Parts: sequence; structure tokens; C-alpha cells
Amino acid sequence: MLRDKLDLCGTKKGCDHGQCGACTVLIDGKRVNSCLALAVSRDGASIVTIEGLAENGKLAPLQEAFIERDAFQCGYCTPGQICSAQGLLNEGRTSSKDEIKEFMSGNLCRCGAYPNIVDAIADVAGQTP
Amino acid sequence: MTPFEFKRAESVVDAVASGSGTRFLAGGTNLVDLMKEHVERPPHLTDINHLPLKELEELSNGGIRLGALATNADTADHALLRDRYPLLASAILAGASPQLRNAATNGGNLLQRTRCFYFYDTATACNKRSPGAGCTAIGGLTRMHAILGASHQCIAVHPSDMCVALRALDASVNVIGKNGERIIAFADFHRLPGERPEQDSTLQDGELITSIDLPAQPFNKNFTYLKLRDRLSYAFALVSVAAALRMEGGVIQEARVALGGVAHKPWRNEEAESKLRGKRAERDQFATFATEILSEARGQGGNDFKIDLARKAIVRALEQAATARPQSQTDKRVA
Repeated sequence: MLRDKLDLCGTKKGCDHGQCGACTVLIDGKRVNSCLALAVSRDGASIVTIEGLAENGKLAPLQEAFIERDAFQCGYCTPGQICSAQGLLNEGRTSSKDEIKEFMSGNLCRCGAYPNIVDAIADVAGQTP
Repeated sequence: MTPFEFKRAESVVDAVASGSGTRFLAGGTNLVDLMKEHVERPPHLTDINHLPLKELEELSNGGIRLGALATNADTADHALLRDRYPLLASAILAGASPQLRNAATNGGNLLQRTRCFYFYDTATACNKRSPGAGCTAIGGLTRMHAILGASHQCIAVHPSDMCVALRALDASVNVIGKNGERIIAFADFHRLPGERPEQDSTLQDGELITSIDLPAQPFNKNFTYLKLRDRLSYAFALVSVAAALRMEGGVIQEARVALGGVAHKPWRNEEAESKLRGKRAERDQFATFATEILSEARGQGGNDFKIDLARKAIVRALEQAATARPQSQTDKRVA
């Protein structure tokens, strides 16, 4: 629905079965796999897709960090990675690289950008507000 | 997926009145997946997400009650669970992914169906999907299948980690149906396949899980959830062990050991556990226990390795529990 009906093609269809995380969006602030979320059952929820992270054309800190740290190659998993990372920051599970890795394990990257993804997230997590 | 009618339940009474023939939709992380695969083709879906079953509360008997619609993530992160039932919190965090745990509910975790690839593949024969059709898993690729409690009709395993901990903790399941409320002891909730593999649990058609109760005994000092799998994360167990001990001065007062990844339901052997009472918490006692709990274990060809893996995992888990060094679900080195 996000892609076909609302023209929000940032969110990607990966495995379509909750196994890759490419479809990750934020529903009421929590990261979830949109491929397993029937729209009708989320009526009334607040949904943020990758398109919603930048404000007034200014990239969110995570988006800047992904560029800075070269945290993507083909870019297909990237919207899901960034939405998931935003959810991770909301959850506060960033006390170590091990914790970041474990709590980002729901996002697969076939290009293997994992080390830089973890670094990008660690950068933002470590920033003082 | 097959077209379906959709309605939203406005109350528990409303949901139960839906009767049989409707499937309840909560997080959808298993049901929607199965609908996309055409394994489940419910003509009616009843959305129960707005029912007031999301709370975690303390009970007057010292235990706690987990709302059926609380998410797995909220449950694992809840202070009551982290402090008093860390075994359960650990098991929940060992499963799925953060995204899935944010949507999946406690009730749904109990009712999730096997991930047997033959069950999922509608081109194969499966007695669970289609009673009497046969079982293509038997004699097939059986790495992820059962070594205990299987039948000639079905060798599937229950995939949940949370359920293994709930079994170890002697939880109970509160359900409501058109005939009223009842309590199902966790040991009796899931079935072995036997001659009716299409029935995963003893829940009746149209019954709704409202909550899961944990007894007062927390086992929060000497416990571990050890999960062994082909990847470090985001994969189902080959073998998992929920182990908990109550000890006094190095002597076991009570032992609980439940196994995951090995059967159609979490596997416990209370008789073997009782023999650990009064024994010192030492490796040779653990090894004797492991041999006994696995005494009926039989491989299917592709999963024969699970028997020895389980034996070693049980011993390691009991050592972790005895020394109060529970397996971290973040630091993947096996303590």
C-alpha cells in the first residue's frame, strides 16, 4: 500500500515475509516489518517511512551518518536499515557495538555494508544532544 | 493471499462471539506470513488488537500476569520481567528480530506454527496442513526437525523460545471461550503430533488467550537460556535449553530444564529433574540428567547431530545456571 497506493517507494519489498527487514517502517514510534502489517489493522496509527525522516529538506543525523560512514552500496536495504536504526535509537539499545549488531540483526544487507552501518549508528548514538 | 472478510472486535465478549471459522489477528507476524503462503486461508479475520489485554500486572500470590496482547518486546523490557523473571526476558530476546518482537504478541507467540519447510510448501504432502496427506519431511531434509516426541505422521518442532522458558517456569494460560473461562497448565497447552498433527494445541476453536500467569518462584539467580543455531542471531534454534536452579550452598534444591528446537512442544522431564534434588551442582550430575532427558531421542537422518548437541548444551546450560553466569543474548560467546 505504501508503494503502490501512496507512491512512497522508499520502503522496499525485500522478502515479503518478515525475514530481511528491508520493509522496516516506524509505527507509533516502533520499528516493525511493514510486509506483515495489514494496513486495515493499523488504522489510526502514526506511520513514519524513510521519506519522513528528513525535516524541511534537512537530512536526519542518521542519514548524514550513513553517508559519512559509507554505510551502503546498492542502497536497497538502506531505507529499512535507517528506519530500523532510528527505532533502535528510540529503544536505547546502543551501549556497545555488540549491542548495536544484535539489535540490528533484523536487517540484512547483501552487499555486506554491516561494519559501516554499525559505525554510522554508533556515531549518532554517541553524539551529545 | 485468499480474500477474506475483516472485522474488528470491540470487546473480549465480542471476539468470543465470533465463533469458530474466524481467525484472530493480533501482531500478524505468523498469521499474515502463512496467509501469504496460502498455508492459512481464513475466510474471516477478527482483529483483536484493540482489546484491553496488554497489561503486565502483579498477582496477589506473588506471581505476575502477562497480557496476551502485550508485545514480546514490551514484555521482555518490562521491569517486572527483567528483575523477577530474567529467564523469560532472555528467552524472548533470543528470538526473532527487534522488528518482529515489536509486533508479535504473547498470545501469538504461543500459537505460532511450525516453520517446517514442508509445512510451508503447499506443493508437498503435509499431515499438519492436510490430515492424511502424508509427511514429506520424513525421509527428507530434516536438519530443523524433531528428535523427541515425533510420530509417523509429523516430525515438526515448535519454534518458540519464549515457550521454552514458560514451560521451565510452570506458567499457566488463561483462556476464554463460549463456554466460559478456563486455565490450561503450560505443560498441557501444546500437543505432541500423535495421530492428529493438525492440532498444535489444546485450545478449542473460537477460544481466545487472555493472559499468561507466572508463579511466584522466579528462579532469578541461577538461570540461563542457551540457544544454539546456524547463525548468531535471527534464526531458529537447532537446540535450545532453558535451565533454572534453586540452590543452597552448592546443593540443588530444585531444577528446571526445558528444551527447544527438539520437539512439537517444549520438552521437559520432571522425573529426571527430581533426581537432581539434593545433589551437588556438578558436571557429572548434569551429564547423568542429560542422558536421562534424552533417553528417547531419535534422529531423523538429517538431525542426528542434535542428540549429542543437546546433551552438551544441557550440561553447559546447567553449569551456566549453577555458576550464575547466564548466557548473554548480546555477547555471543558461550559463557
